[in-house]
Amino acid sequence: MTDTITNPEITGEANQFWSVGEEIADAKAPQGIDIDKVWKTRQFQARLVNPANRRKLSVIIVGTGLAGGAAAATLGEAGYNVLNFCYQDSPRRAHSIAAQGGINAAKNYRNDNDSTFRLFYDTVKGGDYRARETNVYRLAEVSANIIDQCVAQGVPFAREYGGLLDTRSFGGVQVQRTFYARGQTGQQLLIGAYQQLERQVAAGTVKMYTRHEMVELIVVDGRARGIVTRNMINGKVETWTADAVVLATGGYGNVFFLSTNAMGCNVTATWRAHRKGAYFGNPCYTQIHPTCIPVHGETQSKLTLMSESLRNDGRIWVPKDAADCTKDPRQIPEEARDYYLERIYPAFGNLVPRDIASRQAKNMCDEGRGVGPAVAEVDHDGNERLVRRGVYLDFSDAINRLGQKAVENKYGNLFDMYQQITGENPYEVPMRIYPAVHYTMGGLWVDYDLQSSITGLYVTGEANFSDHGANRLGASALMQGLADGYFVLPNTINDYLADAPFDKLPEDHPAVAEARDSAQQRIDKLLSIQGTRSVDSYHKELGHIMWEYCGMERTEEGLKKAIGLIQNLREDYWSNVRVTGKNEDFNQALERAGRVADFMELGELMCVDALHRRESCGGHFRAESQTPEGEALRHDDEFLYVAAWEWGGEGSKPVLHREPLIYKAIELKQRSYK
Amino acid sequence: MKLKLRIWRQAGPEAAGRMVEYDLDGVSEDMSFLEMLDLLNENLTERNEEPVAFDHDCREGICGMCGVVINGIAHGGSATTTCQLHMRSFSDGATIDIEPWRAGAFPVLKDLAVDRTAFDRIIAAGGFISSNTGSAPEAHSTPAPKREADKAFDNATCIGCGACVAACPNSSAMLFTSAKITHLAMLPQGQPERYRRVKSMVAQHDEEGFGNCTNIGECAAVCPKGIPLESIAQLNRDLIASLFKGDGK
Repeated sequence: MTDTITNPEITGEANQFWSVGEEIADAKAPQGIDIDKVWKTRQFQARLVNPANRRKLSVIIVGTGLAGGAAAATLGEAGYNVLNFCYQDSPRRAHSIAAQGGINAAKNYRNDNDSTFRLFYDTVKGGDYRARETNVYRLAEVSANIIDQCVAQGVPFAREYGGLLDTRSFGGVQVQRTFYARGQTGQQLLIGAYQQLERQVAAGTVKMYTRHEMVELIVVDGRARGIVTRNMINGKVETWTADAVVLATGGYGNVFFLSTNAMGCNVTATWRAHRKGAYFGNPCYTQIHPTCIPVHGETQSKLTLMSESLRNDGRIWVPKDAADCTKDPRQIPEEARDYYLERIYPAFGNLVPRDIASRQAKNMCDEGRGVGPAVAEVDHDGNERLVRRGVYLDFSDAINRLGQKAVENKYGNLFDMYQQITGENPYEVPMRIYPAVHYTMGGLWVDYDLQSSITGLYVTGEANFSDHGANRLGASALMQGLADGYFVLPNTINDYLADAPFDKLPEDHPAVAEARDSAQQRIDKLLSIQGTRSVDSYHKELGHIMWEYCGMERTEEGLKKAIGLIQNLREDYWSNVRVTGKNEDFNQALERAGRVADFMELGELMCVDALHRRESCGGHFRAESQTPEGEALRHDDEFLYVAAWEWGGEGSKPVLHREPLIYKAIELKQRSYK
Repeated sequence: MKLKLRIWRQAGPEAAGRMVEYDLDGVSEDMSFLEMLDLLNENLTERNEEPVAFDHDCREGICGMCGVVINGIAHGGSATTTCQLHMRSFSDGATIDIEPWRAGAFPVLKDLAVDRTAFDRIIAAGGFISSNTGSAPEAHSTPAPKREADKAFDNATCIGCGACVAACPNSSAMLFTSAKITHLAMLPQGQPERYRRVKSMVAQHDEEGFGNCTNIGECAAVCPKGIPLESIAQLNRDLIASLFKGDGK
C-alpha cells in the first residue's frame, strides 16, 4: 500500500502506448466573472438566427433519448428543419427509458437548505473533482426549469396529498432534491420528450428516421456536414447532409458485454466521429452502479439494476463471519451481521455515493464475506477460485417500521422485477446485489457550447464527457440529458448556425462519396470474412478483459496486459469472425458485427487512458494509489485535467491532449463521507 | 433443459412464412426467454444458418421493444414482457411455439420482428400536451390531486409494446390509445386539448387499420403493465363528451 505515485516516468510522457499533443482549453465559457453569471453571459453573447432564416437551415440529430429527443423537439419548435435518427423501431425506446430512480433539481421545496450552489457543489465533489466547474454549475442552474418543463408536459411525477410534488433523497447528498415517478422516472421523462417530438413530427418540423443506424460521419473542410446511415430493414446505405450534426447517442457501457445498458447501446456513432477528428474525453471513466442483481451464469446477456433509491430504506450487510455466508440470511442474528456502510461511513451510511458503495461491496466479497452462489473466477495470475459475488440489501427493518404496504407503494415494481428475475421473494428474503457497469462518463470532448473538436459537430447527454467526473451521483444523468436537450444545445447551436448559409453540398462531393464508400467497404469486409466464430463470442471475450483489467480496480501491469489481449483479439476478429446473411436484408448479426468492431478499438483506448491516469479517482481505483485506509487517492498535482484523446490513425498511437481543470468557485478537497 | 421450439420464419414482408422446428439443449432455468433465443441463435450461427430475427433492447421490461406470441399468448401469459419471462416457467422437454405479433397494422419485417410505427402516428395525432420548451410555469403553480395523478400514472406506465393488439381478436389498439388518453385526461395540464385529443387519436387509430373494441378484454389480460380495461371506458366517455364540447374542458 502506498500513497505516492511510483514509477512516474510514464505519466503524461510519450511512450509506446501514446504520444502527447498540445494542451487544449474550453474557449467558450466566458472568463473572469462569477460562476453564476457565466451561462447568462454566454447566452447573451451567442449570436441568434432570426426565425425566418431558421427554416432555411437543417440539423441532423442522431439519437432520440432524453438529450436527442428533447433537442429535436426544441429545435423543431424553434423552426429549424430537423432530421432525427434512431436505431430502434420507435424513438420511445431509447435507453433513457430504463432509468429508475429520479432526477435532481435545486428547487428547495423541502426547505432543507438546498440551493443551486449546493447541487453544483455536491455534483463536483461526487465526481471527485474531475468535471468542468462551469458546465456543472450550468447543469444545477437549469435543473429547476427541467422540472417545470416536464410537469407542463404532463409527466406524472409523484405527488403528495396536497397535490404538490414529492421528493426523495439519493446517494451522496443530505437533502431531498430528487423528483421521481415511482421506479420509472426515466420512462416518464422520455415519454414526455417523445410526445413533444411526435408533436413536431406532426407539425412537419422534425423528420423521423427509425431503424437507421449511423455508420459514418461526413466532414467537409473540417466541418461536420452529414452522416451515413444503414437502413436496418433493407440494408440501404444512404447519405444525409445538413448544416450541423448533433450526436446524442448515449454511452458505451456495452464494451463490457455485461452491463445495465440496453442490448443495442453502442459506440459506433461517436467512435466514427472520433476517427474523423473528434477528441474522446476520459474514456476510462465508467460508472459502476452498486445495486444490480448479481450475475447468475455464463449465458447471461445483461445485468439489471435495482434503483439506488432502494438504499433510502434498505440496509446493506454481509455476515461478520465468513462461515455464515451459506446460511439462510433470516437465520443470521442481528449481532452477527456487518452493516458495513453504516459502520465505516456513519454520516452517510447506506447513502454513500455509488463508487464508495460499489468498492466496499467488492472489498467484502474479496474478503470472502460475499453471499449467494459461489462463481468461478480467474484471477490476474491465471488461477481459478470460487468467490461469492453478492451482498444483502435488506428491507426487514423498513417493513417492520413502515409496514409492507408502505414499502410496496414506494418500491413495489422494483420488488416485482427482482422476484421475476431471481425467483426469490424480496419481502421475505433480503435481495442480493452486486456492482455492475452502468453509465459511461467519458465521451466525446465538447466545449461549453457542447461543440466537439470538429466544427459543427455537437454532442449531448451521455455521449459527451462534460458534466461528470470520475464518478457521478445518482439522479444526475437524467438531469444532464434534459438540460442539454431542452436548454443548453438549443441556445448554443444558434451561435454556430448564425454563420450560415454554408456552401451547398452536392451529393457527389468527394467527402460524401468517401464516407459512403468507407461505410460500405466496412460492411462488405465483415460479410466476406466468413470465419468460424460468432460475433457474440468475441464480444463476451472483450467484455471479460475489460471488466477484469479496466473495471473497478486497475493496475499498471493488468492494463498493459489487457492492451495486448485486445490487440490480439481484434486481429483474430478481422480474420475469423462469422457474420451470416447479407447486407441487403434485416440482418442483426451484421449490425452487431459493426458495433463490436468499434468496441474493440474503443476498449483499447479505454485501457490506454486508464494506464496513463496513475491516480485513483472516484470509482476508478488504481491499486497503486490509495490512502492508508484503502480509500481512493487522487493526485491533483499531476492529474487535474481532462484527457482528450485524438485518433492517431490506423495502427498509430493515440495522442493525449490535456485540458486543465480550473476550480475557482469550489475548493478541492479529499472526499470524505465519514 | 431440453426444448423443442417451433418458430415462425419469414424472410421478409412479402415472403411467405412458415413454422420451423428446432431442438435446443442446455437451457438453464435462470435464462430469460430472450437469452434462450440467443442460445439458439449461437447454435444456428455455428451451423452457418441464419439466426432468428427478433426485436429486443433493454431486456428490463421497460422499453417495450420485445414481444412475441408464445404458445398462442402474447408475451407468454405471465403478465410481463417477453424479456422478463424466465425459463423456469417452462418444463424440461416442453414444445414451445413462437410467433410474431399478428395484426394487419403490424406488418412482419422478418421472422419475429414487426413494424409498430402505427403507434407513433397515433401519438403524433395528438397524444401530447402542447407546451413549448422554456415557456413552462413554476411546477408547483399547478397542483394535481393525488388520486387523479395516481390514475394518470397507472396509465402512463404503458410501454407501447403492442401485446394488446396481438391479443385482440379484432387487432384493436384501443388499450394503448386509451392509456395515453387517460394519462393526459387525468392531469390539469391535459385539459385544454382533452376533447380534440381523443377525437384525433381515435381517428388515427382507425385509419391505421386497427379494429374496434368489442370489450373482449384479452388486451388487459396480457398487458405487462396492467393497464386496466377501465381505461377504454374512460376513452369512450371522453369520446362521447367530445361530441358536445370544443377542444378542451
